[in-house]
Amino acid sequence: MNAPSAEGCALRLTAVHKSFGATAIIRGVTLGVERGERHAIIGPNGAGKSTLFNLVSGRLAPTRGSIRLHGEEISGCTPYYINRRGLARSFQVTNIFPRLTVYENIRCSALWALGYKYNFWRSARRLRDANARTDETLERIRLTARRDSLAGVLTYAEQRALEIGITLAGNADVILLDEPTAGMSRSEAENAVELIREVSDGKTLVMVEHDMGVVFNLADRISVLVYGEIIATDTPDAIRENAAVQEAYLGSHADA
Amino acid sequence: MNGAGSRAAPSLDVRTGALAGLARYRVWIAAVVLLALLPHVPGLANDFGRSLLSQMGIAAVFALSYNLLLGQTGLLSFGHAVYFGLGAYAAIHLMRAINGGLPIPMAFVPLAGAAGGLLVGIVFGAVSTRRAGVVFALISLGIGELVFAAMRMLQGFSGGEEGITANRGGGPHWLGVNFASQLDVYYLIAFWTLVSAALLYYFIGTPVGRLCNAVRDNPERAEFVGYSAQRVRFTAFAVAATFAGLAGGLHAVNYEIVAAEAVGAARSGSVLLMVYIGGVSNFVGAILGAITITWLQVSLSDYTAAWQLYLGLFFMAIVLYAPGGLAGLIMMHVPLARTAAFASLLRAYAVAVVPLLVALFGAALLLEINYRLSTQPQAGTRMTLLHVDIDAATPWPWLVAALALIVGIFAARRACRTVAAAWRDASAEAAAARAYP
Repeated sequence: MNAPSAEGCALRLTAVHKSFGATAIIRGVTLGVERGERHAIIGPNGAGKSTLFNLVSGRLAPTRGSIRLHGEEISGCTPYYINRRGLARSFQVTNIFPRLTVYENIRCSALWALGYKYNFWRSARRLRDANARTDETLERIRLTARRDSLAGVLTYAEQRALEIGITLAGNADVILLDEPTAGMSRSEAENAVELIREVSDGKTLVMVEHDMGVVFNLADRISVLVYGEIIATDTPDAIRENAAVQEAYLGSHADA
Repeated sequence: MNGAGSRAAPSLDVRTGALAGLARYRVWIAAVVLLALLPHVPGLANDFGRSLLSQMGIAAVFALSYNLLLGQTGLLSFGHAVYFGLGAYAAIHLMRAINGGLPIPMAFVPLAGAAGGLLVGIVFGAVSTRRAGVVFALISLGIGELVFAAMRMLQGFSGGEEGITANRGGGPHWLGVNFASQLDVYYLIAFWTLVSAALLYYFIGTPVGRLCNAVRDNPERAEFVGYSAQRVRFTAFAVAATFAGLAGGLHAVNYEIVAAEAVGAARSGSVLLMVYIGGVSNFVGAILGAITITWLQVSLSDYTAAWQLYLGLFFMAIVLYAPGGLAGLIMMHVPLARTAAFASLLRAYAVAVVPLLVALFGAALLLEINYRLSTQPQAGTRMTLLHVDIDAATPWPWLVAALALIVGIFAARRACRTVAAAWRDASAEAAAARAYP
């Protein structure tokens, strides 16, 4: 379980390093995420979780090391190249199209995956599959009633749902969620967990999350990232029992 | 009975289908009718009126192309006239070739402008759309200066500041039209204005057009849903340059002369003014702005030599107090128009207009006297303003102007409170109507 075979991996990181100047943020991460797995990455603040996501999704290029998506090397590729190969991500700080309607936000995110690319001769209003995909996604993230509102005026929880909707609309098979329940109330977070469970069915999910309830509830496996290194990858139960993890993370978390 | 009903039903469907189709295009049909009738409306049914309408059409195409750039894609360009002007040069050179015997009807000349704009747009767009924001704006400024300097130097191609001329009448008379009258030219411009507006409107609705808006709002997020922000910006830029070139082609046909100023910074500035005053993010706003600014340029300059000063003040007032432009002002009032409080809002406006006009009169008087004294000191202190002879050496004109300005401002401030109260009532009523329909 700790070292899945390379062929079975949706995502495989080997000895990935990232430094900003002299500061090493990611210090040799090796990680395999299997197809269809729900994988959580936890760790204290400043451990490099978001940086790791930025490396995988192409926002940043690794200093060295290899990142493979379905076996293809993607380290240092542009975000759109990686997205076109089936990886979509959400952001910890809501990252939407504020002056577009909710509907447009979702449809823009579905267009490339449906093959419309830079098409400039067809009217988007008449693209049945794109509009059907949009309606379906809106239904899933429960924003159908808000479809004509500008995304910028939604409530925080609605914007978080839209953030996930934008990530899902392209129907990517590897999904990265960066703190999907950050800043949510308990009941909003529970709704979000149900939503994530539903939409990640049959897909590969990697998520960064602070809420341990969410993590242990949702993840098949958990990796613990501390100061740029993964100190353990295992099932939730095994992670709970792991002494090193308790000391490095859960313990300090409980003390705080 | 049943059979007759089912036989009748399809034809009814076809009729309502056709009506629905007509209804969907009613704005465009209205535009066609309006453009066809305008040059025959009393007051415009003369060469001056038709020339004014022609200028408005050219400005509208130019402004619509700039709306795609700034309003839809968020690219602030200080050099959009480059594509207008080089399109105009492409067109005037084609006209000269036609004058020399090339068998192409003049009606197609604007397409040469579009092709010229597209070509130059692809070259400069590839360089400048790598980045958005300030970097893009600065590069556009640099390209503008570069091309203007080049046009002044390449006398053989551009004719420098004197320009080069051609004759729109000298070519094959396609469908018997020889463009001898301003009416013929107007209809040519109206045709291409409509075509441009329709194509640009359609473009905004296509997948890449929708992504222009997305890239304007959040280029980074667009890259995470599969689109290269640079490629989207480049596409928008090339399309905008094409239609700017087409506007330049219309300019060449209309004036039969193109000079270096066609690519100049003043023209780049005026299209920015048009789009901003009309309403940056509104498609119709670009047309409103083009019409307003063209009209002000033509008519204000008849009344006062300081017309650019007034235009600048008008621009500042819009930027400060109505950032949505004229179209934004109209859109703000649409939801209020059906409320009962709307009538009192209109009354408040009517009351507020009076002190505003008084203040404006005072300010304009001060401006005109000073402008005259400083630009023509040799003409003395006696002058005629608004058909009244005054002498600026006496205190009376100054006193009247200052009094009008001060009284006007104070009265306007009070009237503004009434307007604000009426506005609050009307918008509260509109909000309630939205909540409980």
